[in-house]
Amino acid sequence: MTVTPSRGGLIIITSFILALVLTTLPLPEWARPFRPPWHSLVLIYWCMATPQRVGVGIGWFLGLLVDVITNTLLGQHAMELAITAFITTKLHRRMRVFPLWQQAIGIFLLLMLEEALSAIVMGAIHRPTPSASYWATPFVGMLLWPWVFVILRDLRRRFKVN
Amino acid sequence: MAAAVLVSLLMMVIDHRENHLKSVRSTLSVVVAPLQQIASLPARSNQWLSESFSSRQFLQEENQALRKLNLKLKGQQQKLEALEAENMRLRDLLDSSLQIGDQILIAELIAIDLDPYKQQVIINRGSNSGVFEGQAILDADAVLGQVVHVNPFSATVLMITDPSHALPVEVNRNGLRTIAMGTGRINELELPHLPNNADIQVGDLLVTSGLGGHFPPGYPVAKVTQVINNPGQPFARILAKPSANLERAHEVLLVRALSSSIQNAPAPTEENSQP
Repeated sequence: MTVTPSRGGLIIITSFILALVLTTLPLPEWARPFRPPWHSLVLIYWCMATPQRVGVGIGWFLGLLVDVITNTLLGQHAMELAITAFITTKLHRRMRVFPLWQQAIGIFLLLMLEEALSAIVMGAIHRPTPSASYWATPFVGMLLWPWVFVILRDLRRRFKVN
Repeated sequence: MAAAVLVSLLMMVIDHRENHLKSVRSTLSVVVAPLQQIASLPARSNQWLSESFSSRQFLQEENQALRKLNLKLKGQQQKLEALEAENMRLRDLLDSSLQIGDQILIAELIAIDLDPYKQQVIINRGSNSGVFEGQAILDADAVLGQVVHVNPFSATVLMITDPSHALPVEVNRNGLRTIAMGTGRINELELPHLPNNADIQVGDLLVTSGLGGHFPPGYPVAKVTQVINNPGQPFARILAKPSANLERAHEVLLVRALSSSIQNAPAPTEENSQP
């Protein structure tokens, strides 16, 4: 078994940092429920493209940072992103060969699972039930997926991240 | 994977029930602080640009308006001082001495978005400036919220409209005491504990009562907008609109009550502020 040295760790880290910044960038009050789930999209991409490098551990830590940065319950996003990373790394071979629009549907299901887990956690700590716009996030993520995918894929090819 | 989920679940339970993870959160918040600074850059640079490139005429006009406002406020202040002195004399007669006057620290909001389903903001002062948990936050008009988590250089503020926030208030007109609960909507508070025959009207000003010890007494909170009496229900449904600019506040005041009666009150527990 030949071992190829991994490269482009900086690109992966930078993309995660950018995703975290976008996650907390101020938006007008009406647009806040429609904020795209940047951190999930970037994590899913790297789990799919480089499952040997980005997996459950990194997903969990990224989620922990999201929890701190958005001041949610410590562990809420960590759990969701760990589960997302787990499913994506398990299915990465199948997801890679799908056409983009089918991938987007898969992403929608993953994001829906995340939202559902969040809703369960919020229910468990007696937060009020969020309004219907709470469920808009997976749709926004699905619509954005092709663009995120193409941008990150070109970055990966250009800097030969493996 | 199972380990990650188990650890997450454990952390959530500990964080929610025991509050033991504050040090973890503080440590990680130092890591993410630069990200928050970057995220708040667009809003800050926008503000800086609009200040730098505003015209001389605009600045002059603004200066004039502020001068007028300052004069007016100074006039009111004179009256306030006289009233304060009179109040103290009268209280002395009643043998119930109470110091009026609070220490105030100005802080700026850091322009970033937190969890959209919690009404929270971050300010740029932390424990290094003497901010402490439970401290009351005001804006120019009214009470905004209280500090719930302190980091060395920043602090998280829970706004009065968060559903987990309850604030002891009284009606300014007649001193009727009650509790104002957040609803999760940014322009609405609810007063759920008043009976149908309570003396409260639309337009009444609610001020902090100082009970509970977190908030200094006498600061405006909200105006009553709706009183619905349903004879079938034991309690009236009363809604109020916060007087503070919860969505638009940029600079806030951190208040520390100097009044002796509050400092001698028993230390407030978590349940007092978040039942």
